[in-house]
Amino acid sequence: MSKAEIGALIERCDELYRDLRLDSVRAWKERHGALAIGYLPIWAPRELVHAHGCLPVGVMGGGDGVEIIKGDAFYQSYICHLPRSTIELALNGSYDPLDGMLFPAICDVIRNLSGIWKMQFPGKLARYLDVPQDFDPEVGGVFLRTELEGLSRDLEQRGARRYDPESLRRSLALYNTNRRALTELYELRRNEPWKVPTWELYLLMRAGLVLPVEEHNVLLDLYRRGVEDDLERRPLDQARVLLTGSFCEQPPLGLIKTLERAGCYIVDDDFVQVGRWFTRDVPLCGDPLEQLVTTFLLHSMGSPTRYDEQDTKGADLVQRVADSRAEGVLFCAPSFCDPALLDQPMTVKAIEEHGIPYTSFKYSENTGQFQVIREQAGTFADSIKLFSEAVNE
Amino acid sequence: MRTTTNLKDRSQLRQKQMIAAHYSRLARSPQTGERNVYTFVPGNLTELVRNFDLLPVLPEINALQSSMRGKSKDYIGLAEKLGHSEDVCTYVKCDVGMMKSGNVGPTGERLPDPNLLLLSYTGCFTFMKWFELLRQEYKAPTVMLHVPYQADGVITDAMRQYIVAQLKKKVIPALEKASGKKFDIDKLREQLRLSAKAEDDLVWVLQSAKHKPSPIDAYFGGVYYIGPIFSAFRGTQDAVDYYRELREEVQERLDLKLGPMTPSGVIEREKFRVVVEGPPNWTSFNEFWRMFSDEGAVIVASTYTKVGGTYDFGYRHDPDHPLESLADYCLGCYTNFNLPTRVDMLVKYMEEYDADGLLVHSVKSCNSFSAGQLVMLGEVERRTGRPVGFLESDLVDPRYFSAANIKNRLESYFQMVAQKRAGAHA
Repeated sequence: MSKAEIGALIERCDELYRDLRLDSVRAWKERHGALAIGYLPIWAPRELVHAHGCLPVGVMGGGDGVEIIKGDAFYQSYICHLPRSTIELALNGSYDPLDGMLFPAICDVIRNLSGIWKMQFPGKLARYLDVPQDFDPEVGGVFLRTELEGLSRDLEQRGARRYDPESLRRSLALYNTNRRALTELYELRRNEPWKVPTWELYLLMRAGLVLPVEEHNVLLDLYRRGVEDDLERRPLDQARVLLTGSFCEQPPLGLIKTLERAGCYIVDDDFVQVGRWFTRDVPLCGDPLEQLVTTFLLHSMGSPTRYDEQDTKGADLVQRVADSRAEGVLFCAPSFCDPALLDQPMTVKAIEEHGIPYTSFKYSENTGQFQVIREQAGTFADSIKLFSEAVNE
Repeated sequence: MRTTTNLKDRSQLRQKQMIAAHYSRLARSPQTGERNVYTFVPGNLTELVRNFDLLPVLPEINALQSSMRGKSKDYIGLAEKLGHSEDVCTYVKCDVGMMKSGNVGPTGERLPDPNLLLLSYTGCFTFMKWFELLRQEYKAPTVMLHVPYQADGVITDAMRQYIVAQLKKKVIPALEKASGKKFDIDKLREQLRLSAKAEDDLVWVLQSAKHKPSPIDAYFGGVYYIGPIFSAFRGTQDAVDYYRELREEVQERLDLKLGPMTPSGVIEREKFRVVVEGPPNWTSFNEFWRMFSDEGAVIVASTYTKVGGTYDFGYRHDPDHPLESLADYCLGCYTNFNLPTRVDMLVKYMEEYDADGLLVHSVKSCNSFSAGQLVMLGEVERRTGRPVGFLESDLVDPRYFSAANIKNRLESYFQMVAQKRAGAHA
């Protein structure tokens, strides 16, 4: 794949990222005559939605691409930005192609947004995805299975294809491939971050929120082979950092680029976690729905939205720093994000105890001024490099 | 026009003694050997905790008590210095600050460290983070009870069975371990019988506000009425006695056609009847109350008094189905209701209590309550045609209580209600 072809591929992803009216979803629906089901961050059973013949569509708000006119009238000033732009886009017709919306159990704001949706859009499917915080298959597993069966029934009632285990097995396999491809790209970035700039990787992941998984799998494979062969991508003198806290409301693309331009190689992050939520393949043997449930319970990523039963979140972050060979941590959370900001003192404590450098700042999805963050991240990167050199001398 | 004596009701004094005795018992527990469980108000399992002779400690109550005693500002400031974000719940920060300042409770005595953290994850995401934070500080064993959200406005059997399974497999064994005692289901049945008795009387008291004039204030006064049943006393004879006495006291007020007791005395002329949605402000609680009582405004129904259990639509703890009944209780706490259910409830209150309007008190700290309140407000106005108003402050952070601003808004609101009423009569 030539440099120009990689550029074209990323440009297409960028177009999909900016396609707030979901034109690609409208086109898919015209071609397939099937349902499109939206879902908010962080995890949704995309495999099950896909198995019903629907297009799962990840909704991540409007970023910096939509002017909020009505959305602000829905929320007080101390509520995060994501629900404002989400409701704005729904009210201005951008989400018309979505036949339903899933609201994962992220926090109270997203939970209550499910109720707003029911009141504002009574004709659409609005389903809160109450995932268990008890991870015992005989307790939380039974509950999650019932929830997923309920979702299946809802989709069928809306005209989706009937549930069929074989179809779910095929979907699981496709998403396993997708997850492996993303994991490989994360590995490649960890080993050679100059080959996989985070802003490109981010756009690739965002494209996966709206493209059919089959198409996204091809795209990921093309990109990986393209950048592996690209000898013009050469190392720069940048600091390796792990970025955490940006799992729900996403930073604007400009902020990610700013961090990289300020001298940071982001070698691990929390962006668009739905694509990497499971830490292993969902087994294809046995009852596929049960396999999906069990994988969710026992093989999900740690997250501030998930009860940390064994109190390992600090140790897990330290381990991620070690695994990614990061030299420092950027705590980069959205303003008013309860899960991220309530978690932060606990993870900061672990990072401090291990003497790992860190800095923290907040953003909102429509942050437009990056100068202060650029200076902060630049100073942080410089201090890491200077400190590392001093230690190595 | 009102009497100027600032007398407390008999029940209020009785409650003060009950709470003081409980805190004192907690403070003495390192010497007496009594053990405790920290837990939350919504979804509290007080009967179950006391089934093992464990003492409940409720950090939210500690936070609001600290606030009413003027200590929350310093506690919050300390937590923020320690790295807690200015954006998050001030109950959490107040509690963290109190712990870091020696964990001195409302009676001025040190509270014991937790023997168990019972994380009743009901209607509020922040609870989960709060006890993860406390676990890190205290290194205490922690047990989670995840209560599903009533997203479709109904309790399903799957939800109920999920909770019962957690109670059997996780919570009860954890309580047995913390106490060294075996679970006694017969004792639990008796406790639940006592709970139901007290609940009957509480509902009678809250519904007395349907009378004109209302003998109670169901928000500011209401927080006193819910005190024992929402905290450490549900399922005890103390609670039964308290609510019986409260009921008799309210009956006397009804017989005498007296309005509610307020910090400035008895409201003698009820000018406005209002429903309030949202928790109160605790830092300026009496000042906030006076802003209503000075206008002759009585709050006849509130949603905050349902946050630790909703009893006025018929639910009671049921000794014949003990664990299922505890599950239904947890599922029925107000913030565990979806927004359409909350709107229905407010509309019902407006109609049944013949309220002039709705006021939303939105607090920065509590997204569980606050996210969506503006939509609820519009919907209630649309369905009832009665005036609605919106106030903002916080639970325990005095920096967010702007008295002049709130007073202005309230005065304007009551003028609007009066004008609307005059227009209707013209």
